[in-house]
Amino acid sequence: MIRLLTRCIKPLAVALLAAVATLAWAQKTTLVVYTALETDQLKAYQEGFNKANPDIEITWVRDSTGVVTTKLLAEKNNPKADVIWGLAATSMAIFDNEGMLVPYAPAGLNRLVPQYRDGKNPPTWVGMDVWGATICFNTAEAAKRNIPKPETWKDLTKPVYKGQIVMPHPASSGTGFLDVTAWLQIYGEAEGWKFMDALHENVAQYMHSGSRPCATAANGEYTLGISFEYRANREKVQGKPIDLVFPKEGLGWDLEATGIHKGTKNLAAAQKLVDWSITDAAMAMYAKNYAIVAVSSMNQPLPNVPADYGSRLVKNDFSWAAKNRDRILAEWSKRYESKAAPK
Amino acid sequence: MSAAAHVKAASFKVAPSKLALAGEALVARGGLVLLATTLLVFLAVPLVMILIRSAEDRDGAWVGLANFVAYLNSPSVGNSLTNTLQFALMTTLVTVPLAFVFAFAIQRSRIPYKGLWRNVAMIPILAPSLLAAISFIYLFGNQGWLKFVIEWFGIKTIYGMPGMVLAMTFSSFPHALMILLAALALSDARLYEVAEALGTSERRKFMTITLPGAKYGLVSACMVVFTMAVSEFGIPKIIGGNTQVLAVDIYKQVIGQQNFQIGAVVSLLLLLPAVVAYGIDHLVQRRAQALLTARSVPYQPRRARLRDGLLLAFVVLVSAALLLVVGMAAYGSLVKVWPYNLSLTLNHYTYGFKEAGLEHAYWNSLSLGVWCALLGSAITFTGAYWLEKTRRDQTEGLNFLRPAIRFQAMLPMAIPGMVLGIGYILFFNHPANPLNFLYGTMTVLVLSTVMHFYSSSHLTAVTALKQIDGEFESVSASLKVPFYKTFWRVTVPVCLPSILDIFRYYFVNAMTTISCVVFLYSPKTTPASVSILQLDEAGAIGSAAAMATLIVVTAAVVTGVIFTLEWWLVRRTQAWRNTAQS
Repeated sequence: MIRLLTRCIKPLAVALLAAVATLAWAQKTTLVVYTALETDQLKAYQEGFNKANPDIEITWVRDSTGVVTTKLLAEKNNPKADVIWGLAATSMAIFDNEGMLVPYAPAGLNRLVPQYRDGKNPPTWVGMDVWGATICFNTAEAAKRNIPKPETWKDLTKPVYKGQIVMPHPASSGTGFLDVTAWLQIYGEAEGWKFMDALHENVAQYMHSGSRPCATAANGEYTLGISFEYRANREKVQGKPIDLVFPKEGLGWDLEATGIHKGTKNLAAAQKLVDWSITDAAMAMYAKNYAIVAVSSMNQPLPNVPADYGSRLVKNDFSWAAKNRDRILAEWSKRYESKAAPK
Repeated sequence: MSAAAHVKAASFKVAPSKLALAGEALVARGGLVLLATTLLVFLAVPLVMILIRSAEDRDGAWVGLANFVAYLNSPSVGNSLTNTLQFALMTTLVTVPLAFVFAFAIQRSRIPYKGLWRNVAMIPILAPSLLAAISFIYLFGNQGWLKFVIEWFGIKTIYGMPGMVLAMTFSSFPHALMILLAALALSDARLYEVAEALGTSERRKFMTITLPGAKYGLVSACMVVFTMAVSEFGIPKIIGGNTQVLAVDIYKQVIGQQNFQIGAVVSLLLLLPAVVAYGIDHLVQRRAQALLTARSVPYQPRRARLRDGLLLAFVVLVSAALLLVVGMAAYGSLVKVWPYNLSLTLNHYTYGFKEAGLEHAYWNSLSLGVWCALLGSAITFTGAYWLEKTRRDQTEGLNFLRPAIRFQAMLPMAIPGMVLGIGYILFFNHPANPLNFLYGTMTVLVLSTVMHFYSSSHLTAVTALKQIDGEFESVSASLKVPFYKTFWRVTVPVCLPSILDIFRYYFVNAMTTISCVVFLYSPKTTPASVSILQLDEAGAIGSAAAMATLIVVTAAVVTGVIFTLEWWLVRRTQAWRNTAQS
């Protein structure tokens, strides 16, 4: 009888046990960290942090910039995140406007380049590194099809590139969004949209992430992928036949940034994470992936990135981009998303 | 022994069995209530939450149909709707005729190696649908080896509708085939003999005897394929290019925009074709009559060289195509740098998973599969027994639960996985839900997957139980053996092959499913099928192919082991099945 009862209840018991186990696990000092960092960066950063802070465990919630930003905004009144580590500064500016961030001056703050942190004192967010637009140009496919290497953004609207370009979707990808905002800032609004109209004629696919266009171009599926320098470098290092193109008009860029979410129950641990995020150890890790980091003395040249990379970045007004994010994305979607796929 | 002692001994014997009988009723009632509660909490309520949320705004205030109006007025919805219907219709029109000819060859011709072709045709069931999408990119993508083939048909690029239809055809083929194999399995030879005697042409025999006989199976197959395509999410995501469909819209609204209300609205739209298809199928099946009577003579196909030759060629071609799709993904997962350096490596399996932080995904899926198989077969089989074999007089007052349970057990068949997933988010992620802590855990993944695949397993269990005579329960009742002892000592051993079948069904589906779990995983519980999507998004197509290949191999090995076990069991312990028949 008892054996039988145990049998009937077994499924329930299994569910309960698993649930209790989950609860027990959640009670350790755990930080829920929202991020848009590349999956292949997370592990190294986490190990670096845990070397200095072995008592704090990180639970990542990772997706592309657009998705993480929307998620955080949606959860505003019932927040789950303790820290945001590795999200676009434009998104941080939006959260700041919404009062979602806790101002905090991490140890060693004065080492940061002033424009790579929130201007207020204490700041609500601090920068990690700069990531910027890069075109992955597949030389093998270009040679086969006799396609010239582009020099400028405007070149991409030429008929020779028709159906050869893939780029990230600006609503889901931070890389896509920084491209769009850069074009609107370089050319002005009217001219910028006109450029994108022409570009749209040549774009074969808009993709969910900033990495995939470069990987797709590197695999020869398309000739050009609008992406960013980290992924471009990674693909080239793996022996894929691509060149990195940095268009002359200037490169859109954004900062990867770190901040504490209001309402965290683990403030001390969160502060430790922000402290660590701007240490030399952390900057050295960022510098392996990006040419410009927030502490300028830590910059390391990257093999396929030109030495004057910094001077090629456009002037980027984060607060403008943050304030107009919804409007720009709605306009983009109206123009390009409702249309059938270009052939 | 004195008479008094006798009486004493007897009463001593009776007392505990009376107690046991009271306990028996308690167990019968408890089991029913437990099953009804489980289905209610983990199936019905999440689905009802979708209805509620579709009529609320972000803050939970009642807005009536405003969300529907908002979604239907959004600029891209027209595209999504027409694309979804076109996708489902084209897939149906390609898959069902292919599967019909294949089934015809197996059941109505004398081609050799039928068992082999049949097994090969079932391979897609072992693969996540994403595998087909990845494989078709390798085959027909801009760098594909066989790109020239699609160019013959005037197709410029595989991305979009062509790739979606091809990949979906691969995934849905065995599902259509199983139905059509059953539909063509039995036929009355006397009809053909009469036709023969009347000098009817082969073509006319096919049109007037074979096709009408398989009519209901054909409708069923069409409905199943159509529903699968409407609710497919992974294939359009990977190979759809800029072609938008409803299932991807849901994903974007819920995961990308955190817009649960619109997600609920699109879920209901997605539910519409599925429910209509299910309804049509149900109506048609009710009209189906028994084709075979006691006087029927089973049809035995005769030799016909030309017909058999053509059919064999067709079957070989289709089998080769199916193997090519799986083989291409496996090959792609071993190539160093596709398409530039074709030397072989295991890097995508080791370094690739590690770099993406997804080494745990495969093990997650394995434990998801095992838990679903254990828990699923336990709940489904025990539940079916309690439903079908407990005595109504023992559960008096609770018998109204039986039809409710029956209805809910069949409900998942008409519910696309994505819709169930959304229901789970809405219900379990609700701050006021005391079960909120389950959200993002392996437990919720297991429970949702068990519910998602409940109907077929339930049907298998009920069929197996109905084959066992109710006399067993009557006899045990008269021997004062409580029914649960009979269940454990007689029913379970006798039904072991069916239970193993349910176990295998849950395991394979848990390994390959994506539509429901994609809304419910957390970084620690990412299943392998979902990780394919993430790898593809990061552009690591080699590792995506590797993960898909691992899933196929695992599912194939487990299926093989269980089939062997079933074969051994039937031979060793179920010899009575054969003697009973002869």
